[in-house]
Amino acid sequence: MSSSQTNSTVNRTNSTAPVIDFDKFKPTRSFLAARKRKNAVMTIIISLAFVIALIPLISVICTTLFYGIKRLNLNFLSYNMTYVIGGMPTPSGGYGGILHAIVGTIEITLCAMLISVPIGLMCAVYLVEYAHKGKFANAVNMLVDVMSGIPSIVAGLFAFSMFTMLFGAGTIIGFEGAVALSLLMIPTVVKSSVEMLKIVPNDLREASYALGVTKQRTITKIVLRTALPGIISGVILAIARIIGETAPLLMTAGFIVNTNFNLFKGQMTTLPVYVYQEYSKMSVTCMKSAGSACVPTIPVERAWAAALMLIIIVLILNLLGRVVAKVFSVKSGR
Amino acid sequence: MGQRIDVKNLNIYYGDVLAVEDVNINIKADNVTAFIGPSGCGKSTVLRTLDRMHEIIPGARVEGEVLLEGKNLYDSDVDPVEVRRDVGMVFQRPNPFPTMSIRENVLAGVRLNNRKISKGDADDLVEWALRGANLWNEVKDRLDKPGVGLSGGQQQRLCIARAVAVHPQVLLMDEPCSALDPISTLAVEDLINELKNEYTIVIVTHNMQQAARIADYTAFFNLKAVGQPGHLSYFADTATMFNNPQNEEAERYISGRFG
Repeated sequence: MSSSQTNSTVNRTNSTAPVIDFDKFKPTRSFLAARKRKNAVMTIIISLAFVIALIPLISVICTTLFYGIKRLNLNFLSYNMTYVIGGMPTPSGGYGGILHAIVGTIEITLCAMLISVPIGLMCAVYLVEYAHKGKFANAVNMLVDVMSGIPSIVAGLFAFSMFTMLFGAGTIIGFEGAVALSLLMIPTVVKSSVEMLKIVPNDLREASYALGVTKQRTITKIVLRTALPGIISGVILAIARIIGETAPLLMTAGFIVNTNFNLFKGQMTTLPVYVYQEYSKMSVTCMKSAGSACVPTIPVERAWAAALMLIIIVLILNLLGRVVAKVFSVKSGR
Repeated sequence: MGQRIDVKNLNIYYGDVLAVEDVNINIKADNVTAFIGPSGCGKSTVLRTLDRMHEIIPGARVEGEVLLEGKNLYDSDVDPVEVRRDVGMVFQRPNPFPTMSIRENVLAGVRLNNRKISKGDADDLVEWALRGANLWNEVKDRLDKPGVGLSGGQQQRLCIARAVAVHPQVLLMDEPCSALDPISTLAVEDLINELKNEYTIVIVTHNMQQAARIADYTAFFNLKAVGQPGHLSYFADTATMFNNPQNEEAERYISGRFG
């Protein structure tokens, strides 16, 4: 082996090497100028794209704030829609409220989270830590992809028909809505968790195994712990996706005017459903005798205020998630 | 304190591919044994079979015996998790757990095995392991700072402290200095010299001066050609290996006239 290599080096030095004019490969002056122009043009295009992407976001927030702030007060937050007649003020002095919808939104969303996070996380752990590109893992992967594409109304129909079969026709309860939402949430949780588990360096798993730690404890104490901040952000994103769902909840959780804390009995209103219902009323007719106390445009005003509240809830959840992720963040630096 | 390892007729496979063939080697207790050889000859692969880390890779398997103080590690009734408590490992790249402080890193082996440890015992263990790894004086004032905030050499010594904290009989090191600068390398080499009084040490290295400096015995691995399985070519005490090797391949590799 060594002798053949020595031979080849000898041959190299004996034959004449090609002469290369390296000036030919130098960038020309015009090329450099063109590069600078291109850079300027691209900078403008990218900045413009950023501004354009920002316009709808700012516009939505400003519009909702502008129309919603008018009716968003303590009274609106602490009463439900019972005893609300037309555009007349209620005995408490307000024009109805969204307490029941806030309760419904929070309970149904948390319940959906309680169902989807364990299932989604365990599914992700299976896919990343246990399945080694087997047929079953491929099938699970494909099903998750398909599931993340199903329209929300289909999820609603599924939950509705399942509860009809199990508990009889006309079963409309908050838990049913949570089941419908969890169908939408599970694939999102699986996908984001899989990505987060994949970026945990293999070095850490090996380091843990080398200390004589079992696979189960390596996964729970090292892999999941290291991926935790990312998993939390994924869950928050999944919640943000489902908290605004309307159609499946209309079908499964229903719509009522009073406050219902029980997920397993009676209908429940959520904020998006409330917004939809109020907005579809458009306006109420006011009797001449009612005077200025009657507000004909009150349903639309209530819808905007409820929409603003929904944005605020999502924002609070987001901040909470960030704080939790920060607490569990992977320490770095000195 | 350390235990000896006898490897008998060991064939190592990745799936259907034979990676290393027919290794027979007797690793003496309380000595440093270095594995040297060209890239791809299977030094690290052999090392990883000594604590059953090899089989973590899907499809990887071995034939033959690895006897730790006479007990075959590949017997069907042996739990690989138990093996790894007796045979510790330090890796090429320092890999402290990023979610843990220096103190928690040292205690990881005990804590992750679900053993409760009182605060006094934990303090003693942390100090003992960090002193053992020559790191105590540098970090004693910042035990609660993250382990990944240390320099590369300190991180590697932290990993060694973490490995000795579970009190293994054997310490395997897979190129522990290849990511470190010369000063940190010197610190780790000094440490290896001290640790060999308590542990049997097997170290894979590409640095032949390092092998000559720290090892009592040296094993030279080679492969016939690219794509062929690697094999143990020559095993001797370090003085013979580097001064008067009785093996042509090893002699050529060591003198740099290889390949």
